Amino acid sequence: MTHRLDHLQTSVPGGDLAIATRGLTKRFGARAAVDDLDLVVPRGSVYGFLGPNGSGKTTTIRMLLGLVRPSAGTSSLLGQPIPQGAQVVLPRVGSLVEGPAFHPYLSGRANLQRLDAADLTADPRTSRQRIDAALDRVGLLATAGKRYRAYSLGMRQRLAIAAALLMPRELLVLDEPTNGLDPQGTREVRHLVASLASDGTTVFVSSHLLSEVEQMCTHLGVMSDGRLVAQGSTTEVRGGSEPTARVLTEQPTAAVRIMTELGLGGVEAVPGGVRGTPIGVAPEEIVAALVEGGVGVKEFTVTSPSLEDLFVALTGEGFDVSG
Amino acid sequence: MSAAESVLTDGPQRVAGSDGVPLSRRLSTRLLRSELRLIAGRRRNQMGLLVLAAVPVFIAVAVRISSPREGRGPDFLSSITSNGLFVPIAALSVELGLFLPLAIAMLAGDAVAGEANLGTLRYLLTVPVGRTRLLVTKYVSLLIGAVWGVAVVVLAGAIAGIALFGTGPMLTLSGTEISFGSAVWRVVLVSLYIAVGLAALGAVGLFISTLTEQPLAATVALMIFTILSWIADSVPQISWLHPWLLVDQWMAFGDLLRDPPFWDNIAQGLRVDLAYVVVFWLLAWARFAGKDITS
Ligand SMILES: Nc1ncnc2c1ncn2[C@@H]1O[C@H](COP(=O)(O)OP(=O)(O)OP(=O)(O)O)[C@@H](O)[C@H]1O
Ligand SMILES: [Mg+2]
Repeated sequence: MTHRLDHLQTSVPGGDLAIATRGLTKRFGARAAVDDLDLVVPRGSVYGFLGPNGSGKTTTIRMLLGLVRPSAGTSSLLGQPIPQGAQVVLPRVGSLVEGPAFHPYLSGRANLQRLDAADLTADPRTSRQRIDAALDRVGLLATAGKRYRAYSLGMRQRLAIAAALLMPRELLVLDEPTNGLDPQGTREVRHLVASLASDGTTVFVSSHLLSEVEQMCTHLGVMSDGRLVAQGSTTEVRGGSEPTARVLTEQPTAAVRIMTELGLGGVEAVPGGVRGTPIGVAPEEIVAALVEGGVGVKEFTVTSPSLEDLFVALTGEGFDVSG
Repeated sequence: MSAAESVLTDGPQRVAGSDGVPLSRRLSTRLLRSELRLIAGRRRNQMGLLVLAAVPVFIAVAVRISSPREGRGPDFLSSITSNGLFVPIAALSVELGLFLPLAIAMLAGDAVAGEANLGTLRYLLTVPVGRTRLLVTKYVSLLIGAVWGVAVVVLAGAIAGIALFGTGPMLTLSGTEISFGSAVWRVVLVSLYIAVGLAALGAVGLFISTLTEQPLAATVALMIFTILSWIADSVPQISWLHPWLLVDQWMAFGDLLRDPPFWDNIAQGLRVDLAYVVVFWLLAWARFAGKDITS
């Protein structure tokens, strides 16, 4: 069940995509960490890049930023080919790759000053204000003078996000931005992403925390073992999975018969009741038919599968990391 | 497309490159200054400088204590010690064997391998800092580090030497005496010659630094390179190899203390230094430009 936005790719010129890749592949030795990836990230979207550990999310992001050379395939960022156009386009891209990394014996502020000094497009005269604004945005202004080595994991993560916000960006590529953050921090990052997105910034955010992605993303891509197994708008990706109708009743046999007659798919008895997949049958019709057939309905629910279920369905149940 | 090219093709009215960075800012030294602050601010480097500075002070004090009183010792010794500038020279020749190469090796280890080890390399590259620009900045800061290290030895030596032995005329290796003023110039020449040699060693170190993500491994590897070079240079059976060794003419700085200075070995030394800079810089660039940054 692959949802590729082929129509989008053909109807929209590459320049209108924040990120586009074609056949992007990276092999480490014989094993493909990323295999034939066709990413389509529209401008203005908040794109959740999901996948279990080792599925190739970080490797993809490294290729998108020109850190790693693909074994095959092409990619473009804001219409510029990567890696050829990296120097031109990267000033407009803020990024967080595989966790924070800073000089431990410099303060948080000094670390940001160093990154700002490295940026040829950054105006040194506004450096101070921009650094303060970025620190303020992630709630680190008060601890900016502390040495980085004294920072907690969450503070480090916040500093990395601040670094991505030093300059106005058209695209943010965030690899697991909420890793290590406390619940408030996680919520703040969600708000931050929402407020950046409302300003028109495209956000590409990788995660394996499905709940947070579910809440903030307009688009989803799901990786499994180096391959993109689903991609599209959140509703499209979710739409591929059917809802489940569930009846709690004392008379399961009668309920199974009535629901099968109504045309529900996959009807089966489960502890305490019956469930099935309503295709083209309205929930109220099911309830009416059950009551008419003399089935006592204690409870009736129709649920769409959670993203979590979908995720597991797409990427497999196993706990072991493939590799 | 570089800024220079775009100026040529688009005419003088447009001085920004294709990425809109004005030429003036393209030549900015902010990154280099930040790099130097990073090096100078690091506690370990400050301690290293202290060690470098302690050697000439130690030499000066030791000679002062052991040298005989005025007029009673042999003429030779007293004429050497009539000018304090023998102290920086002696300190340089002592430190050139191990301490100064070690200082370069530590800076070289930090340069690329250190950033890779911390993970800061990926963030510098995505700022973005072009890989060539980063390598140039790292190498220039190594050059400055080499000059800095030598200058600390010489200044500490000069201060200690002049304080303990005064500013009399200097005895050259040819046996003649030169004034204190020209002695100062000789010391400056010696310092520059040694700094160039260390800069060449820095190019080797930069290359090694692009090969690993462990700064200590790069430091140790460069020290092994240096020590093997010294050993090879002292084995007469492989004298055919000697002209190719980086360290072969390092001790030739003594020729600058002759009257007049003897230039042949110095010129040979500078040629070897330059060759090492070119070869190892290109190797470093070839390695780094296409490297996968997976740290
Ligand atoms: N430098 C490398 N050399 C060899 N294999 C690598 C290298 N980097 C990554 N891999 C392999 O590529 C695969 C994908 O790794 P990647 O870091 O992209 O996963 P991820 O989706 O980011 O995982 P996580 O959620 O744990 O961060 C893994 O099997 C990993 O072992
Ligand atoms: Mg990862």
